[in-house]
Amino acid sequence: MTQEAIIQVNQLEKKYKAKEKMFRKNTEYIKAVDNVSFHIEQGETFGLVGESGSGKSTIGKSILRLQSISNGEIIYNGKNVFQLDKKEMRHLRTKMQFVFQDPFSSLNPRLRIGDALAEPLLDHGLATKKNVKEKVMETMEVCGLPTYHINKFPHEFSGGQRQRIGIARAMIMDPEFIVADEPVSALDVSIQAQIINLFQELQEERNLSYLFISHDLSVVEHLCSRIGVLYLGTMMELASRDQLYENPLHPYTKALLSAVPIPDPTKRRERILLKGDLPNPASPPSGCKFHTRCPFAMDICRRVTPEFKEREPGHFVACHLVDKDETNT
Amino acid sequence: MTQQKPLLSVNHLKTYFQSDDGLVKAVDGINFDVYQGETVCIVGESGCGKSVTAMSIMGLLPDSSTIQGSINLDGEELTKLSKGNMRRIRGNKLSMIFQEPMTSLNPVMTIGEQITEVLLEHQVISKKQAIKKSLELIKLVGIGRGEQIIKSYPHQLSGGMLQRVMIAIALACDPKMLIADEPTTALDVTIQAQVLNLLQDLKEETNMSMLLITHDLGVVAEVADRVVVMYAGKVVEQGTVEEIFTDPKHPYTRGLLQAKPVLGSRKKRLYTIPGQVPKLVDLKPSCYFADRCEHCMEICTQQTPELKCNDNSEHKVACWLYEKEVVHQ
Repeated sequence: MTQEAIIQVNQLEKKYKAKEKMFRKNTEYIKAVDNVSFHIEQGETFGLVGESGSGKSTIGKSILRLQSISNGEIIYNGKNVFQLDKKEMRHLRTKMQFVFQDPFSSLNPRLRIGDALAEPLLDHGLATKKNVKEKVMETMEVCGLPTYHINKFPHEFSGGQRQRIGIARAMIMDPEFIVADEPVSALDVSIQAQIINLFQELQEERNLSYLFISHDLSVVEHLCSRIGVLYLGTMMELASRDQLYENPLHPYTKALLSAVPIPDPTKRRERILLKGDLPNPASPPSGCKFHTRCPFAMDICRRVTPEFKEREPGHFVACHLVDKDETNT
Repeated sequence: MTQQKPLLSVNHLKTYFQSDDGLVKAVDGINFDVYQGETVCIVGESGCGKSVTAMSIMGLLPDSSTIQGSINLDGEELTKLSKGNMRRIRGNKLSMIFQEPMTSLNPVMTIGEQITEVLLEHQVISKKQAIKKSLELIKLVGIGRGEQIIKSYPHQLSGGMLQRVMIAIALACDPKMLIADEPTTALDVTIQAQVLNLLQDLKEETNMSMLLITHDLGVVAEVADRVVVMYAGKVVEQGTVEEIFTDPKHPYTRGLLQAKPVLGSRKKRLYTIPGQVPKLVDLKPSCYFADRCEHCMEICTQQTPELKCNDNSEHKVACWLYEKEVVHQ
């Protein structure tokens, strides 16, 4: 670790109570996140990828303490987030912000956007009624929103502009760290590119750190310096961008990468097709959770959970296949 | 392939909606053909009229719309058909898959009932035979445990499974023409790969034609034979998949291809198309892309360019840049 870590996630675990059944004593739990550890360095973009139900959003929300966790700890700049008292937490909230997938449903439809942007500033006492408008207009400009929109309501904006409002709402607090949960998934290609560039510009200007959650591997490759691959709440592989995209080790990562359609008709590739669907997270498969869909599953995969080990500097993977190859060579 | 008569021929199709702001020209004079056994992709961003085109062909538009032009399927003029006759064709010769399988299926009917419903409606067949056929269809779309599946309800199945069920329903009466409106947009990449492969295989087996509507250029490159690019209700470019991807002519098509982050091609910044799609109300004669185009000339803001070929190929483009007389001026 050359640079200082802004976020350290240690053995994070989050269990949700499954539906309680009558006449059954033991309540069942769904492990949405199962023993996940990683860190995010100052000024970097860490990507979390995985299919729906892999626990990526749960991790994002846990880091900002928007929900409780079952086990593990989250360290923000040396402080354990879940041990802070109300006052400290309130102060910390200004430093960590969240950008949602669907900005429309996360904005108050009856609040003019100028007021929506001013609200957190006034609430935290970071601006007075006098200078708040100035600050709001400044942030709007930075985020590419013309300032004459200040008195409009959320429904008057297009999807791309709403996402700019979502970003402005996060940026106005001058945060150090932002969790962006699928921020460009709902946008059209041409608008998506605008928002991605905005994320990059803001990061360079303000030395921000991002946790970028996405299912789109091409966007993640473009934006992130290090990436974690999740499957059913477990981290399968964690590596730098170059390691992950040029030398993926886990069969799941390989399958994910080969499933991405490439906009070049001369490159219609043979894909690694995964069989079946994501298993039910309430009763995850034994051993390696991926073995039911893995084309290379061996006997040991069904019985023993593979260890999450470092194979080369900074490249971690949990797979028996890689273990086997290593002992053979 | 050009000597053959097209299976579906759309000519000068105009679909307008009356709204509070004025007449919305959602589809404004488009032409394209689909031949037997061919996959044509309509690609464009939200609001470009691609779904309205599909709905116009299916005859599923609301009463507030007016439709002009001709839609010819296998010798029959669909716009002139009575409601009853259209019903006979829909789901039979002409079938459709929707974007959201979860909301398109009836939540209180079992999967089996929903598949047999189509068969009983369109074919002279006993209920027993219909159930047998639906089991075959479920097998055809790659779902195991057919007996169990036909008894289950939509909420019990995953998104990928439901999309397979939708495909089974669409294929029940061996359609000649299948329209798929963003069939994989709501699915995870690994499931998307499965569904695309399935559609390709089924198309080859049955020699049906497919009209695939999507915003994802990656998907287009994987499955299309020919591509229709739409912008603001008009076709701006049309050609074979190779032509569109290796030699895109319209600045919008080029912009779309450049704005998308692609696996393995790392750029510092993404190319962006500035601005956003115009409102489709009260548009003056002009190229609708003019205000976002970096090659905008005077004529672009005054006259609407026509879609035409500029050489001997079938590659058509609607852009003043390629009108020789204009460029030479």
